[in-house]
Amino acid sequence: MADEIKKAPAPLKVTIDNITVEVPAGTTILNAARQIGGDVTPPAMCYYSKLEGSGGKCRTCLVEVAAGSAADPRPMPKLVASCRTTVMDGMVVKNITSERVQEARAGVVEFLLLNHPLDCPVCDQAGECHLQDLGYEHGKEGTRYQFDRRTFEKEDIGPTIQLHMNRCILCYRCTYVADQLTDNRVHGVLDRGDHANISTHISKAIDNNFSGNMIDVCPVGALTDKTFRFKNRVWFTKPVDAHRDCPDCCGKVTLWQRGDEVLRVTARKDEWGEVQSYEGKPGWICNTCRFEKKAATDWVIEGPTSINRHSVISQGHYLGLQKPKETIQEVMGGLNPRLLMDIHDVSEVNKLELSQLPGAATSANYKNESTKSE
Amino acid sequence: MGRKLLLEKAHVENIRSYEVYRKEGGYRSVEKALKTLSPDQVTEEVKKSGLRGRGGAGFPTGMKWSFLAKPEGVPRYLVVNADESEPGTFKDRYLMEFIPHLLIEGMITSSYALGSNRSYIYIRGEYAWITHILEQAIEEARQHGWLGKNILGSGFDCDIYVQRGAGAYICGEETALLESLEGKRGNPRIKPPFPAVKGLWGCPTVVNNVETVAALVPIINEGGEEYAKIGVGKSTGTKLISACGNINKPGVYEIDMTISVEEFIYSDEYCGGIPQGKKLKACIPGGSSVPILPANLLLKTAKGETRMMNYESLADGGFASGSMMGSGGFIVIDDSQCVVRHTYTLARFYRHESCGQCSPCREGTGWMEKILWNLETGKGCSSDIDLLWDIQRKIEGNTICPLGDAAAWPVAAAIRHFRDEFEWHVTHPEEAQKRNFGLAHYADPLTAPVA
Repeated sequence: MADEIKKAPAPLKVTIDNITVEVPAGTTILNAARQIGGDVTPPAMCYYSKLEGSGGKCRTCLVEVAAGSAADPRPMPKLVASCRTTVMDGMVVKNITSERVQEARAGVVEFLLLNHPLDCPVCDQAGECHLQDLGYEHGKEGTRYQFDRRTFEKEDIGPTIQLHMNRCILCYRCTYVADQLTDNRVHGVLDRGDHANISTHISKAIDNNFSGNMIDVCPVGALTDKTFRFKNRVWFTKPVDAHRDCPDCCGKVTLWQRGDEVLRVTARKDEWGEVQSYEGKPGWICNTCRFEKKAATDWVIEGPTSINRHSVISQGHYLGLQKPKETIQEVMGGLNPRLLMDIHDVSEVNKLELSQLPGAATSANYKNESTKSE
Repeated sequence: MGRKLLLEKAHVENIRSYEVYRKEGGYRSVEKALKTLSPDQVTEEVKKSGLRGRGGAGFPTGMKWSFLAKPEGVPRYLVVNADESEPGTFKDRYLMEFIPHLLIEGMITSSYALGSNRSYIYIRGEYAWITHILEQAIEEARQHGWLGKNILGSGFDCDIYVQRGAGAYICGEETALLESLEGKRGNPRIKPPFPAVKGLWGCPTVVNNVETVAALVPIINEGGEEYAKIGVGKSTGTKLISACGNINKPGVYEIDMTISVEEFIYSDEYCGGIPQGKKLKACIPGGSSVPILPANLLLKTAKGETRMMNYESLADGGFASGSMMGSGGFIVIDDSQCVVRHTYTLARFYRHESCGQCSPCREGTGWMEKILWNLETGKGCSSDIDLLWDIQRKIEGNTICPLGDAAAWPVAAAIRHFRDEFEWHVTHPEEAQKRNFGLAHYADPLTAPVA
């Protein structure tokens, strides 16, 4: 009993953007903000709660600490990385309410995109790319960079994973995966500065049964699935939860289907784009599940995946789909248009019976009608 | 003539060898410390001396030592930072190359105070020959009973190891240094935890500069209070300055922080003035990463006071009109030098030395270098200057380690004080290839106090 009391010290109060939450001691600002959710949560490109030691590198989660703690209410002079700063009791944090933070974050987004090839139209990650979301939400339009982008030689790291070093933002997540999931890491960061790159030493294939998780943790399209390469855009595929009895891993996955065909298998992800945990353990999946079980019959299908991530892939509403019960006539206020171009009620088209138009309706005289009516 | 403490015996013939060094009074401080003082008393002497870290930040050493966590049964480490890679700084090299026993002596006393039984010297990879000098000195000290088990019968064990880096500026940052010492990639760690709590191999560690540790010798020999009498205000003791650039007598000088900058540059005892009758244009008073100052602000502060060679006076005016003591790399620039080119050179250095761990520094340093190259070669436009300003502002303070700041400050200061010269490069792109902007108004007396 005494041990239990020791383990659970009093929760700490932290105020983030004027919202106060109580969190256990040792929680980082980022995780406290994730408890609140919504806009208050700083974006994170390199931090991955399931990987020990990750974070602090990308600097997108910088926040301003307006008061260090109740005991010492001095503000911190610099912006701090919220993913690696633990909360103190009475800490006051400003994220979206701080102009300094917004500006610094826009700066970081600009830095991250300087040498990023922006080849989203041909990138398999597009649609579920954290950098896309980050740029959309926190970046500025246009770039002030007028020089050639840095490029790297292509490197083959094995039959299942494609490495596009040009797209890499050096979050180091894949090296943590290799360190923490596998026995022997054969890849890492070579060189330094702006020519630092993820590589194997030297030109080895990454060959172990959990290497595929590097694809799941990669926030950008630097590591993609060769079995899914150029097969489809992720937003056209239907995510379906499924499981199988796997001797090596938890076997709980998301299948990305087009029709009945399974195009891709990934681990299940939570709203932060991280692998979901089951009973406190991250649900990493093995390469057999990921790359070899590509038939719907290999899996027990549970139903459509609910994606609540703030991203374009959440736009496929396969869950909670409601068929309209009203007839068109009811919606249109008694009208029964022959031409169903746009059932939006501000559209003029559906308010007219085609037969009532003088002469054949063309785009030209339709326009005249509408301008006259204004 | 200022007082000399560290380099007092530097010119004694063969001071590098143990016999001569001992004959000249070497290892007295170890005898005194181990026989008459307790470890806490040594720390107390250091606190009394007011010694400030000589590596650049100027943090009080005694205070740093008192932060060291001392859990039972966990080893503690002293690591001496000899990764002196800052352009313009070469004071530690002189000290280690010519009086290696001074460092060893200081290290034994410091290790005793901190309770470190295994201390390390992390030396810059390029200082290959100094590694041999140090190892020979350590071997001599060991043979004469200054290192090993039960030194002088005090029951204190200590050994010193030298580890060479592989040629990275970033490994001079204390946490990157520890990573490198552990055999890993030299990426700075995210603080906290600070090394005083969790440093080398997860144990409490103190990382000190070579000069700081060497200063222990005079502090113990003369007593902390006596040491504190040298110098002025909070700048106590003596400081090694490595002077270079456009001066008649480049070299390492020991100053007692009471002389003015003007005296340091022009007196024959020190730099001996600027060669070929040229005029002083600018100066970086503390190694490449501190802000550059134009001649008028260098010799006098914005308030009109004479600028002295000490921590407070050099920093007077903050970054708006002051600079920093830094690591003591004193780079003098005369009127035939181009500040734009000079800033480009520094930016290129920082781009090359960025570890690439965090994004603002990795991407921003390269961007700044490219823009500066454009400006220097006459391809820049006036908006580039504002862009540079904006980039450095977004790097500064937003990175894991101080390298981001170190890359941003020289660019910021160059634009702040030499904007005219940058603009001239834009407006006269062809002329800028043929001649330099010259001294211009940079040495004019300050008319009104700079805000």
